[in-house]
Amino acid sequence: MQAPKTLFEKVWDRHLVSEPPDPGLPSVLYIDLHLIHEVTSPQAFTELEKRGLTVRRPSRTIATMDHSTPTEPEFSMGRLRVLDPMGAGQLDRLRENCSRHGITLHTVSSPDNGIVHVMGPEQGLTQPGMTVVCGDSHTSTHGAFGALAFGIGTSEVGQVLATQALLMNKPKTLAVRVEGVLGEGLTAKDLILGVIADIGVDGGTGHVIEYTGSAIRALDMEGRMTVCNMSIEAGSRAGMIAPDEVTFSYLESLNGSPRGDVWNAALEDWRGLPTDAGASYDRLVTVDVGSLEPMVTYGTNPGMAIPVSGAIPEADALEPREREAFLKALRYMDLEPGAPIRGRPVQVVFLGSCTNSRLSDLRAAAGLLKGRRIASGVRMLVVPGSQRVKRAAEAEGLDRIFTDAGAEWRAPGCSMCLAMNQDRLAPGEYALSTSNRNFEGRQGPGGRTFLGSPLTAAASAVTGTVTDPREMAL
Amino acid sequence: MNPFTAVTDAPVPLPLDNVDTDQIIPASFLKVVDREGLADGLFHGWRTRPDGTPHPDFALHHPRHRGSRILLVGDNFGCGSSREHAPWALQAWGFKAILGRGFADIFLGNAHRNGLLTVTLPPDRHADLLEWVTREPAAQVTVDLEAKKVVFPDGSTVLFEIDPFARHCMLNGLDPFGHLLEQLPAIEAFEARRGPGLQPGGGEPRRIS
Repeated sequence: MQAPKTLFEKVWDRHLVSEPPDPGLPSVLYIDLHLIHEVTSPQAFTELEKRGLTVRRPSRTIATMDHSTPTEPEFSMGRLRVLDPMGAGQLDRLRENCSRHGITLHTVSSPDNGIVHVMGPEQGLTQPGMTVVCGDSHTSTHGAFGALAFGIGTSEVGQVLATQALLMNKPKTLAVRVEGVLGEGLTAKDLILGVIADIGVDGGTGHVIEYTGSAIRALDMEGRMTVCNMSIEAGSRAGMIAPDEVTFSYLESLNGSPRGDVWNAALEDWRGLPTDAGASYDRLVTVDVGSLEPMVTYGTNPGMAIPVSGAIPEADALEPREREAFLKALRYMDLEPGAPIRGRPVQVVFLGSCTNSRLSDLRAAAGLLKGRRIASGVRMLVVPGSQRVKRAAEAEGLDRIFTDAGAEWRAPGCSMCLAMNQDRLAPGEYALSTSNRNFEGRQGPGGRTFLGSPLTAAASAVTGTVTDPREMAL
Repeated sequence: MNPFTAVTDAPVPLPLDNVDTDQIIPASFLKVVDREGLADGLFHGWRTRPDGTPHPDFALHHPRHRGSRILLVGDNFGCGSSREHAPWALQAWGFKAILGRGFADIFLGNAHRNGLLTVTLPPDRHADLLEWVTREPAAQVTVDLEAKKVVFPDGSTVLFEIDPFARHCMLNGLDPFGHLLEQLPAIEAFEARRGPGLQPGGGEPRRIS
């Protein structure tokens, strides 16, 4: 009988091209799906050309434009050019590279364009048991399907293009068991912010996380993607969730999924992926979310999160060597130790990003905003994750709910999550953002970010301050 | 890549924990299709004032640190984005080795693939070194990759662990890409053994849309 294995070990083992002949050498791991975008791929193609190499398996690489594309509604209709010549240059380069090497590219005018980690799963590109890589740290998103998915650097992008494989040392495993029932008004975003606050921004370094437990099983696929997306904010390159009936019925509904006998064979295979009874992880932590509150960050890394009714920690409560970074973060945020977070004014609300821009995120926020207006002086950007999400939301009338409330309904893209296009905070502005990083200047130089869920974002837009969504009838 | 054996310099202290790659190189500097301008972008938000002029208090600007090839950082350095522009920018500035309490996974791999050495010091020795650098900023340390040790200003040494393959590549100036290309026959054999396997999107051919 075979030794019991974890989900990660099963996916790792079946992609191992060869065991290293010498323990000092890395393993060679086969890559099923490679996603690329305009920002981290140009130098990889240059390297390929310098070495006289070609793209070895073009059908396994899919490209999109997302990081620096404008989100003015007119843009995707082809009526507005990219304003920034360098950003435009990157998009042109991606178009040339994909055309030359026979790679499918979803340009901004494509009906399938979107943020790389939104458009991949919704097209059925991501399947359980796959290895998925992209030159983007939020590739961990795809682990929600039971895939081993992680971000890579540009050199590795070139290596995957040339060989369809990567050199890797086998990571350790960390099980994050999440138990309890999420309360009303709480979402997967609050769950993962709670986990990161608990295990720390480097709690998963060197490990692949597998999320287990009743609170994870209770999430739908979009919630699971939100959770896996932020694995990297806990230091883990990859986060995984074992596939189950929720996964399979989601996949079955997608156009890109296999059909007929191929589907049945795949299903049988996927049912064998979950971690075997008796398999062990290198580490195990348990988090109970039964009494979790909506979580909001106050500082400049995603681990600096507190319940919305809570207070910013006191400096005395911290280890001396942590104090300097803590106080630096509060100076940047212009916040006081011990102060409440609820009621802090925000000038901008950003609903979008690969963390929270899917249909269920938009529905949740729209549900709260229906019949309400956002506060005067607040700018709210709603940026759907893809053209498919945008069309589906419009078919339900969500766009009208947002615009009637006074928010801007934009075209898909990464947008204000990393401010590589024109969507950015002004210096000193505060934003309640559904994205994944509150780093200094992330949403624009001098801009200040409170991370929260789509519900918290919508509630905060209505009051113009950081607000507990449970205070409003949902 | 140039071979790396050892480097001796007075380290530049930047000992904060959780320095993310958005600080190392902000997104506005990622719009290049090559590696131009990355030294200008290094720690741009911390290194420059809002009007773009250099911040004289920032450690990298201090005259005594000019030209130093060793950076002393805190814990979890390089967390966040996978941008390889981060090690490229550090190298463009002139750094060859980074000493710290810990490094984020993606950053560490990116650094090693480019021949930028990272050394994780035990917490007590990291604290000792920081004290040295604060007390005697001109004191030099040697980072010796061949012997896998750091020699402190007082001559004491700390041995460090590093991935043997990364060390081999750095010592010999080898790019790991070459090693991967040598595995192509094994990759071909893997594909033949496995059959078509899982195809993205059910294996339907797709092209530019």
